Amino acid sequence: MTLLNALPGAISQGMLWGIMAIGLYITFRVINISDLTVDGSLATGGAVCVMLVRSGLNVWIAILLAALVGMLTGLATGLLHTKCGIPAILSGILTQLALYSVNLRIMDSKANQPVSVDKYHLLVSQRYVRELSLRNPLILLSVIIIVLIGLLYWFFGTEKGSSIRATGANLNMAKAQGINTEANINLSLVISNSLVAFAGALLAQFQGAADVSMGRGAIVIGLAAIIIGEVLFSKIFVNFALKLFSVVIGAILYYIVLQIILLMGLNTNDLKLFSALIVAVFLSVPYFKEKHFRKPVIPGKGGN
Amino acid sequence: MLEIRHAYKTFFPGTINEKIALSDLNLSIEDGEFVTVIGGNGAGKSTMLNIIAGSLTVDSGQIIVDDQDITRLPEYKRAANFGRVFQDPMMGTAPTMQIDENLAIAARRGEIRGLKWGIDKEERERYKELLKEFDLGLEERLSAKVGLLSGGQRQALTLLMATLKKPKLLLLDEHTAALDPKTAQKVLDITDKIVEKSKLTTFMVTHNMRDAIRHGNRLLMLNEGKIILDIKGEEKQKMTVEKLINRFEKASGEEFANDAAILG
Repeated sequence: MTLLNALPGAISQGMLWGIMAIGLYITFRVINISDLTVDGSLATGGAVCVMLVRSGLNVWIAILLAALVGMLTGLATGLLHTKCGIPAILSGILTQLALYSVNLRIMDSKANQPVSVDKYHLLVSQRYVRELSLRNPLILLSVIIIVLIGLLYWFFGTEKGSSIRATGANLNMAKAQGINTEANINLSLVISNSLVAFAGALLAQFQGAADVSMGRGAIVIGLAAIIIGEVLFSKIFVNFALKLFSVVIGAILYYIVLQIILLMGLNTNDLKLFSALIVAVFLSVPYFKEKHFRKPVIPGKGGN
Repeated sequence: MLEIRHAYKTFFPGTINEKIALSDLNLSIEDGEFVTVIGGNGAGKSTMLNIIAGSLTVDSGQIIVDDQDITRLPEYKRAANFGRVFQDPMMGTAPTMQIDENLAIAARRGEIRGLKWGIDKEERERYKELLKEFDLGLEERLSAKVGLLSGGQRQALTLLMATLKKPKLLLLDEHTAALDPKTAQKVLDITDKIVEKSKLTTFMVTHNMRDAIRHGNRLLMLNEGKIILDIKGEEKQKMTVEKLINRFEKASGEEFANDAAILG
């Protein structure tokens, strides 16, 4: 019974993080970069949105501006990487660290800024997760996710989007086909972090506060979502839109499992350890498969 | 068409590994020429191709295509002029993308890529027709991932990609070296066919003397970053491996010692 009670909350959490994980998918899977900016840009999104709503701005505009600032964080990482020659992973770490200070500035030097659903008009709030009404965050989140996946499916099918996929698939081929790979990497980081900040803005509303450390470990949760989605659905979901969908399912499952484990009495302080372990195990599966369980090459088959 | 003026390139300058790859290299290629380039390991063949394509930049000198100085242009901008096939079959295609997607990307080389859909129906029909000519069965597998193809199939596909949009110059970097002899022959045949059909100006680096003699209408031999032999026309047609080795020894003052190039 307690699990059933906790389920709507876990599912909405999963959907919120699913949006974040879709953003991460664009860097991690499409252009093959592990972008650590997201730990910072998620909190940036939350901070910008909450502060703007508190100042009386319309919540939709606040969310859009949060996504816009998220774009800038991605651009910062992109420029460090493509123009300054810093390895992608380090560029992300640098931006993430810098964002910690930036986020505190945005939040008036406070580590936490509340935004109450009683005082302000918010789009999603965890208070309504079990309510049978249009206020239930599950409804709006579903719509947002469907629209987002549709938009991304369209974009990555266009000439520009295809060139981004080619950039991630083979840098040499992309350059030889006249694709500006640096610009494409920057654009991917911009799109990715705008989605992450957007998710952060929704998450802050959902939990009723922006917190300077709300993004800590975000990349691990995002990766967990991507990997769970792939492990379960990679055989049946080949289409790009379905792959993004499986990422969201992955995030939801992650939060449901988490909820079960918490109900079983796991100390919440051990959560991050647990998450990191899960992701480490799943990330190492392909490596061990290759190393220990490789099928022998049958002569006469394949080859040239 | 293409001109290289006084090109110099040194790797790891000032270190114990210093390697002079190109030293005052000069070359002019005319429209319609099919140039084969041969030379031993480290003679500068691939470096020469890479400074044309833009994967490497020259230390000094100029590269000019149709009166435009491209010396400082980044690789992706130069690509508007060149079609390119690499030695490694993995390098020329995007393995996680479909055959038709790879071709659609190649068809837009040098164009601005906008928000139009990346591929259309007529295109797909056209690709089908073109692939049919290869006789590799690829025309039935347009939506297969390129990662599933064999090395030979990939090189054939890369060739088609390099020429789908007619390049001013087709650059082939030992593009059959990683294939077994039979497949290599097939890819070379396809190369000849494509070059013939579209009247392409071609620059083919090879380590195989026989291939260099058999294909193309001009032959260059490189040694220590310089062109030591430049044979065209009738002389090229009458060339044999023995004569070529003879000419090499005269031109370089060294004995030819590269079994792979002779036997390969």
